[in-house]
Amino acid sequence: MFEIDTASSAAYIVAALLFILALAGLSKHETAKVGNTYGILGMAIALVATIGLAVDRDIDTLPLVLLVVAMLLGAAIGLWRAREVEMTGMPELIALLHSFVGLAAVLVGWNGYLEVEDDPGSHHAAVLEAQDLLGVHSAEVFIGVFIGAVTFTGSIVAFLKLSARIKSAPMTLPGKNVLNLGALAAFAGLTVWFVIDPQLWLLVLVTVLALLLGWHLVASIGGGDMPVVVSMLNSYSGWAAAASGFLLENDLLIVTGALVGSSGAYLSYIMCQAMNRSFISVIAGGFGIEAPTGADTDYGEHKEIQAVDAADLLADASSVIITPGYGMAVAQAQYPVAELTSKLRARGVDVRFGIHPVAGRLPGHMNVLLAEAKVPYDIVLEMDEINDDFPETDVVLVIGANDTVNPAAAEDPTSPIAGMPVLEVWNAKEVVVFKRSMATGYAGVQNPLFFRDNSRMLFGDAKAKVDEIIHSLPN
Amino acid sequence: MRIGIPRESKAGETLVAATAKTANQLQGLGYDVVVESGAGALADQADEAFTEAGVTVGSADDVWGADVVVKVNAPTAEEIGRLRRGATIISMMAPARSPELVEQLAAAGVTALAMDAVPRISRAQSMDVLSSMANVAGYRAVVEAAHEFGRMFTGQVTAAGKMPPARVFVVGAGVAGLAAIGAASAMGAIVRAFDVRPEVAEQVESLGGQFVEVDFESEVSTDGYAREMTAEQEQATAAMYDEEARAADIVITTALIPGRPAPKLIHEDTVAGMRPGSVIVDMAAANGGNCAGTETDKRVVTDHGVTILGYTDLAGRLPAQTSQLYGTNVVNLLKLLTPEKDGELTLDMDDVVQRGITVTQHRDGEAEVMWPPPPVQVSATPKVVDTHPADKEEKKPKLTARGRLMSVGIAALVLFGLIAISPPPLQERLTVFALAIVIGYYVIGNVHHALHTPLMSVTNAISGIIVVGALLQIGDDSTPIMLLAFVATLLASINVFGGFAVTRRMLGLFTRS
Repeated sequence: MFEIDTASSAAYIVAALLFILALAGLSKHETAKVGNTYGILGMAIALVATIGLAVDRDIDTLPLVLLVVAMLLGAAIGLWRAREVEMTGMPELIALLHSFVGLAAVLVGWNGYLEVEDDPGSHHAAVLEAQDLLGVHSAEVFIGVFIGAVTFTGSIVAFLKLSARIKSAPMTLPGKNVLNLGALAAFAGLTVWFVIDPQLWLLVLVTVLALLLGWHLVASIGGGDMPVVVSMLNSYSGWAAAASGFLLENDLLIVTGALVGSSGAYLSYIMCQAMNRSFISVIAGGFGIEAPTGADTDYGEHKEIQAVDAADLLADASSVIITPGYGMAVAQAQYPVAELTSKLRARGVDVRFGIHPVAGRLPGHMNVLLAEAKVPYDIVLEMDEINDDFPETDVVLVIGANDTVNPAAAEDPTSPIAGMPVLEVWNAKEVVVFKRSMATGYAGVQNPLFFRDNSRMLFGDAKAKVDEIIHSLPN
Repeated sequence: MRIGIPRESKAGETLVAATAKTANQLQGLGYDVVVESGAGALADQADEAFTEAGVTVGSADDVWGADVVVKVNAPTAEEIGRLRRGATIISMMAPARSPELVEQLAAAGVTALAMDAVPRISRAQSMDVLSSMANVAGYRAVVEAAHEFGRMFTGQVTAAGKMPPARVFVVGAGVAGLAAIGAASAMGAIVRAFDVRPEVAEQVESLGGQFVEVDFESEVSTDGYAREMTAEQEQATAAMYDEEARAADIVITTALIPGRPAPKLIHEDTVAGMRPGSVIVDMAAANGGNCAGTETDKRVVTDHGVTILGYTDLAGRLPAQTSQLYGTNVVNLLKLLTPEKDGELTLDMDDVVQRGITVTQHRDGEAEVMWPPPPVQVSATPKVVDTHPADKEEKKPKLTARGRLMSVGIAALVLFGLIAISPPPLQERLTVFALAIVIGYYVIGNVHHALHTPLMSVTNAISGIIVVGALLQIGDDSTPIMLLAFVATLLASINVFGGFAVTRRMLGLFTRS
């Protein structure tokens, strides 16, 4: 008959299916909102079923109070952050949220140890013993804690780098690959040991090891590669949840974790291809630049332009493409850019946006910013859609982008970013580059674009300069 | 260095290798440019225009005595004789098809660069004269067809009755084909187009054409049946050509196979079945033509009143435009060859573009034959090239197929081994786990690039499901477990609520214009 156990299992399956629908819905604009609603629905069902299950197990008053307090507090913090966050700060928020999943997985794993291995006389331990699953349980604890801890510190480092609390340049320890591989080998060895003899100190050791590994993995990746890192951490957080599912014998956690893990990994893979990077070297960490090449090459002189002249250039153009990068996010220039876009469109200028797959610090970062500023999404195109159109374009505005528009990637086989597909803005008739100074981009590579005959540099704060252009537009 | 622009000697040639504008750009690179008097007359580039642009107009001897001679057509034997030893000649040469020319150039001790041998890689596109000319020719093909065609292209309903729109069928969606599609649809015709590469359908549609699909009974063929399937495919394609051509008022064919005669695609029966007054423009006429009955450089009218145009000088029929494009391609090439902008031409044999166009190279009084160049690795973005079924049979490389099978096999064995030693309850979990991984992979397969961030925040919220684990642990009797579970619940709840809320907020921002 209808019992709480069967009911909760049924609820879990329904929730898992709703999560699949949520992910599927999120791949298209038309269905994205419905997809999110499916996700919320699935989560609500799962939570109700779980709380029901907990109450059915005669939970004491104190834990019940704690449960309610924890959830209400978490909900309040979560909703508050979600409302307050600037769209430019989205990468940091998401990285931070990943770290929470990681830490939660570590705590769940530790609890698993305390419940069973540390308390051999418990009912749970006896059940496992009877099924001959004690060794499996120990391994699950270990793996769950390991993945969770790697996710935790990795996400924390990503968060710190993204919010500019630490330097985003890659950390290069000597023999970093050996360190990573050594940590993995040590993890494998410790797992076997722990399965045979589950000692507390082993668990502490692996936790510390994983925390260090997570830190090192992300610290050795440069800031420019952050979109892939964030997406990879997303995947890791999924695997962490799946590992907890094995530990708790909970299919919903396994399904959901695997869903998030594999979809995140696939997303990272797509992005790696866009950057012409090897997927393996991303997972292995430390695929940042090997060595910045000396800026000895003389590229010639760059030419400056003032906002007033740029306004004239735009007013006379019939087609304009804007290629934004992280700089636009930093300067919060998306609103003036959107205003400029609508002004130009009102004058009959064909304005479009070209978005590099790894522009910004988060996959799709630029799209979110432009959407926030109410730029219609059908004029925001991706690199492959727009690259062939540059030769017929009168003016390209490069706003805060550098490496993603670097002709060296296409033309200089010795460049560290050689082979990375880039927006071929230099084929346009005129290119106006908004930049603070002549400093190099995240990859530390000089950009020959700035010295081309058809390039003009517009120095200063992107937001202020775009505002100036709007005011200087002839009527 | 001095660049000479001679008058083209080929009969009927209207083009010139530099216009006043591009000659001026060449001077901007530090060169001294001299143009033969009357060289640009047929391309609306009078001598005065050159003079006004600050370019010297001189005699044929001035031009041929220059350090660098740039022209459109390959030099004749007599012209080669007029070149200085050690001079550089730049023109179209078709070096692969003219071994004699290559010999003569080497004997004359000159460096020869073939404009039509630019490798088809993305950064060399700005020097690709073949694309430039194909573009103009495609447009002109439509103009020629419209000129011959006895009716209008656009459909109208007038007081004097209804006019149907013309139906245009374009074979091959390379540069020329796409230009023709664009021009014809801009004139109001219904344009249908076919290419053996189904991936160009999008490009066809972007220019206003409809892409014609060929239905094959089964597209995937196993190795043993490959040949039979090809025959079937060819039959289906041939039937399609026949049907489309009969239904069309205008047929424009552009199918070329590099280094081979053009494939015959429109047969005699088909031509006979077309309505009187229909026009066929065979842009492959120079290579034998795609259509039965095409005569090179001639206008043929069949007994049924179908006009077949075999003009090979379509690009030359728009001399001002083509010369301007050719000239700009030359300027782009010389930009590459003059990195210092000091008017000194330097050849870098390590650069694939420069190596690719070098037919002969002068060194110490002697010239060495450099043709053919080593094969070039084509860039990741495939270039638009006219092709035909014959060279499009996709043979899946056997080795990779086998390699893939091997690696899948090994992975399956390892998995089998691992799972086989697992206790039964774990096996059930692993089943669920494996299936969920596959679903996760497929479910986001076609995610729109703009939705990466919302997708990530929603998966983030979903991975907060770990709260379920913490909730089940919080009821434990042991205080440490309870406390750890409390913290875990708190963290995961932030994730769940924050993740969904922020996704909702972001999705609310996306609007369509």
